[in-house]
Amino acid sequence: MLTKRIIPCLDVKDNRVVKGVNFLNLRDAGDPVELGARYSDTGADELVFLDITATIRSRKTIVDMVKRVAENVFIPFTVGGGIRTIDQIDELLRSGAEKASVNTAAVRDPNLLAEAAQRFGNQCVVLAIDARRSKTRPGHWQVCVKAGSEPTDIDVVEWAAQGEQLGAGEILLTSMDADGTLAGYDNELNRAVSDAVNIPVIASGGAGTLDHLYDAVVVGGADAVLMASITHFGNYTIRQMKEYLRDRGLPMNL
Amino acid sequence: MIAVIDYSVGNVKSVCNAFHHIGCEVELSRDPARIEKAAGLVLPGVAAFGYAMEALGSAAELVQQAAAAGKPILGICVGHQLLFDASCEYGPHAGLGLVKGQVVPVPPEQTVPHMGWNLVEMPEDMDLFAGLGPAKHFYFAHSFHVQVTDTQAKIAHTDYGFPLTASIQKANIYGVQFHPEKSGAQGLQVLRNFQEICRR
Repeated sequence: MLTKRIIPCLDVKDNRVVKGVNFLNLRDAGDPVELGARYSDTGADELVFLDITATIRSRKTIVDMVKRVAENVFIPFTVGGGIRTIDQIDELLRSGAEKASVNTAAVRDPNLLAEAAQRFGNQCVVLAIDARRSKTRPGHWQVCVKAGSEPTDIDVVEWAAQGEQLGAGEILLTSMDADGTLAGYDNELNRAVSDAVNIPVIASGGAGTLDHLYDAVVVGGADAVLMASITHFGNYTIRQMKEYLRDRGLPMNL
Repeated sequence: MIAVIDYSVGNVKSVCNAFHHIGCEVELSRDPARIEKAAGLVLPGVAAFGYAMEALGSAAELVQQAAAAGKPILGICVGHQLLFDASCEYGPHAGLGLVKGQVVPVPPEQTVPHMGWNLVEMPEDMDLFAGLGPAKHFYFAHSFHVQVTDTQAKIAHTDYGFPLTASIQKANIYGVQFHPEKSGAQGLQVLRNFQEICRR
């Protein structure tokens, strides 16, 4: 049986890992290469690196970083932030990443997902969605782009289903409302999306305690849980998370 | 020296990094002279089957010749699928035909892609798994899988609602559907075992 995955997320800005609350008030969390190697060595199932500045200037930096990370990381890793073209995905995969995560560019040009899937296989294509609860439509979430700064009228659940149809192999679903709050994942959101698609859903945003991880899987239906604050700042080790989930009956790679 | 076939797709870099990490000399190449000199070949792969086969191009024949000459060959993920007769990923495509079997979609009753760490039951007589015990988790990321019809092939399975082929061995031909270069300590052990096979 497939195990549930524990995925630390490294938000990278100016060559440093940072972490904020609701996408704001960033705090330094260390060197991406060192943190990546540490998570690889201590049993993380996967890593995600997001270039949260994603400017043209940072593009070359992120490729260099991916190469250095890949030398010491023997678990899969996904890279995202500012990816707009098939060539950029190709460059990241050739630099050592397993998967590329697209967000804004897929909203602007959904065909990017189809082209990427056809070229690299859909297991390489992660559709990242930054979701914010709609103020006007209860029980709905709106897709936000440009690192969450720009809300759209697109419904998150519909977009996730469309993304799967186009060729996304996985959904990285971040609740902007919960992000960095340590108050728990938005499991209503996780459940709505995981019920709407047949591809894995990675729950992101809000992990603060071990039972939050459990709830994301059992209540939210997530296949994997992504976290940043609670592991970067030393609250829990990867092993503690895995043992806790295993002891509550979830299949884990231990 | 082990040659990792460079065919401009996927995670060739990760495979080289992992071999470097275990102290194994590897070269990324599609030069016939280097392939001839290599003690073993690795066919890496993160790509759609048809694209990979096309990118392999003239190197396909080199791999087939090396296989016939008894050189150890390790296919990884799509590289593993390329070892077989044919695939139906995005239309019908012929493979290298080194092992009998067809590449077909993972059934839609399962979450597709099959992505993540799954437990592989490892038969004792499969050389890639020496020293690893009866079962270990390995990292998978794929939407197609191999239906092996070759009676000469040894097969290791993983449970994905059905017994999915995780690895095959037929004489000097080895294939792993999972990514050993991304499966932590146990994955590195599989690569060490392949290095050992190439030394024989």
